Amino acid sequence: MLPRDLKPEQFSGYPPLAQRLATGNLQSLRNLPLSFLPSLLREMIEFDYKFPAERRSLERELANLKVLSESQWKEWFSEFAAIHLSSSMEKFDWVNQPAQFVEQLSAHLWTTHQQDAFRKAATEYGDRLRAAVPPEDPKIPRVAIAVVGQGVPSSEYPLFRKLRAHGAFYTKIDAKGGLNALLDFASVRAKTNPIPYAHWYIDGGQPAACDSSLTCISYRALDPARNQLLAKMQKQSEAPGSGPENLRTVMAALRPSDLKLDHAGDPVLSRFELKLLTEGSGTQIFSTTFAQWAARETLRRAQPLTLMVRFAPRQRQRPMSEMLSVPKETLELDPQGSLVDADFGAYYTWLNQQRLTGAAQASFIAWFEEHGTAIAIGPTVPRGTVSNSSVDLKQVLSWTV
Amino acid sequence: MTQLSRNRRDFLRAAAGLTLGSTLLPSRLFSRSGVPQKDRKVVVITFGGGARDQETFAPEGQENIPNLMRELIPQSSFFTQVVNRGILGHYVATASLATGVYETINNFASLPPQSPTVFEYFRRDLHRPASDAWVVAPSNGFNRIGESSHRSYGPGQGARVILPKHLLTAATKGTPDYEHLLRDNYETPFFAPEVAGNEFELEQLRTLLKLSVNDFKTHALTLSSPDELSVYIVRQLMRQAAPSLLWITMHDIDIAHAGAYSLYIDGIRRTDRLCLEVWKAIESEPEYAGKTTLFILPDFGRDSDEDAGGNGFQHHRTGDVMSRTTWMMALGPGVREGIVYDRPLDSTDLVPTIGSMMGFSAELSQGKPIQEFL
Repeated sequence: MLPRDLKPEQFSGYPPLAQRLATGNLQSLRNLPLSFLPSLLREMIEFDYKFPAERRSLERELANLKVLSESQWKEWFSEFAAIHLSSSMEKFDWVNQPAQFVEQLSAHLWTTHQQDAFRKAATEYGDRLRAAVPPEDPKIPRVAIAVVGQGVPSSEYPLFRKLRAHGAFYTKIDAKGGLNALLDFASVRAKTNPIPYAHWYIDGGQPAACDSSLTCISYRALDPARNQLLAKMQKQSEAPGSGPENLRTVMAALRPSDLKLDHAGDPVLSRFELKLLTEGSGTQIFSTTFAQWAARETLRRAQPLTLMVRFAPRQRQRPMSEMLSVPKETLELDPQGSLVDADFGAYYTWLNQQRLTGAAQASFIAWFEEHGTAIAIGPTVPRGTVSNSSVDLKQVLSWTV
Repeated sequence: MTQLSRNRRDFLRAAAGLTLGSTLLPSRLFSRSGVPQKDRKVVVITFGGGARDQETFAPEGQENIPNLMRELIPQSSFFTQVVNRGILGHYVATASLATGVYETINNFASLPPQSPTVFEYFRRDLHRPASDAWVVAPSNGFNRIGESSHRSYGPGQGARVILPKHLLTAATKGTPDYEHLLRDNYETPFFAPEVAGNEFELEQLRTLLKLSVNDFKTHALTLSSPDELSVYIVRQLMRQAAPSLLWITMHDIDIAHAGAYSLYIDGIRRTDRLCLEVWKAIESEPEYAGKTTLFILPDFGRDSDEDAGGNGFQHHRTGDVMSRTTWMMALGPGVREGIVYDRPLDSTDLVPTIGSMMGFSAELSQGKPIQEFL
């Protein structure tokens, strides 16, 4: 089937809001090339479980399609239309399984050497969309905080090397009460600007007390779900003919209830947690990977005003087949390696924050937990500077944000 | 891409005092090496599953590759732009390197390359026995890489393949003490094709490598990673079989897929050390010293931090310039030392280049011999 053959009833399997969105934009969808449309449907079918910022973004994208002229339509989509697809892809149920189609499309593009052409078309589409429908500015300047190095007594590792050129590097932070100061700061912002899913606390281990004004997720709280997922992965690895592609298909079909994640009465957050564990590579086994990926996905999807991510020690490296099994005993940790992971994770968190609107006004702080080292980046912070004065994190926050 | 090559060149010129090769006239280097073509040997190392400039050749990354920087690059011709235009999956990309054709086989299927391999060209044209071409590969997924499914070549005409981890599993029967040597990348536990039975592997150990099972197990306990195990096997192979064409695929770096930066860096540092170890083995083994060319190159790179579609070092999925563009160094007799070449090469150029050096024709390869070596 091709997009031009789409009918409203074909979206009957979509959740209610997604169904309404699809049928309300049917004419636009019919005009899109098959190499493009399933990528859009992959987002639309999840509409009911998307964060507010994502919903607004998708609605604006679809509204833009409705107003494109014929010549603009050609300009925007002719390169996608030139992508050659196989007849078996046309026969695939891409309406109801758009994510699986996109997986197949990716393999097809690589195999037929069309990946570069598709990449160019997708990049140009993104540029045109941003120009036509500029992303929303944040209500207040964004703030992201990364706390690294939990459980590390001392370290010679040169922290925040990749960030130092962008802000002020502090060497004598008074660490006492530092974590609470950062969490209190996040809570106050959340209470002052109460917007759903705009203020987050992500912990890669056992979380500190989480104020209800914040959206909180933690590696420890997800232990039961992770263990259920690891058991499923182990079972899959033992199945005849298993492979990474089969595993991805199995994991993509999981629902929050399959991992008992549907307990909190927040289907949007449950679905987000499920995707962190099923779509993130390594999030099931390394807490540092989980924290970094969760921060990345939160920034990309929820586009928060406030994000605090705290890294915790991950397990020591073991054979992959062991790590992908449900642990039978207490795992040995690797705090020093985790510090290095978290240092780079902090850098990626800053990079991902910079990709959002309002980047020039955004602030970022990273702190070596219980130690005197921190970096602060913000519009008023002098770049590439070093402070050897004794200060506490409240002062750093007040100077940075 | 040009910027990427210029950066590598500048880093290398600054750090290792290398000369820009494009200013030098080419000459018939290999014919001047004094090594008769029939005696020449070639060793290829694929550098660990891909590493980026910023963790290797950029100023902040050079601390991770001290052996490449201080020991090997000053002795090598270094090519700053080796572009992989094919599929960026490790098995299919390594198969493409070994055939000189951008292979399109499923990366996660137990399939041979579709085009003739360098091993098949080498053996047929030069009438060499099976014992003269070997592959030492990291995981069971590489068990078919030694020979193609091409109708004019194929079964029995390619390289013999050693899978050290499979060998160790057979020798130790799953004893826990050795599990650190059986680590694999993130996806491999879900891709474990059946390979030959244990008896065959243990027989290889005794007859080909002249190693008792006990000696093998005892030495394995002193090693820390799968790639170290591979290099141990390589050294045994060089001593006992001395193949003229030896292909080593490193893979420790690919732990990056699990997202732990520290483990990715550990992998780079280990691979750097192992590359020097192989070169020292070449220089010290009488069968190899003075007549062996060593090629070191990644199969491809990894995603850049700047591409929002990826997650930086973790994967190689975006197809961006950083993930497609790598480097290659060559060392040995007839190779100009301390030279950097900026012009772009294709990763398919390796096989016809080896053919020109050793005297066989890679007639179905898509690449071209690298003129700077001829």
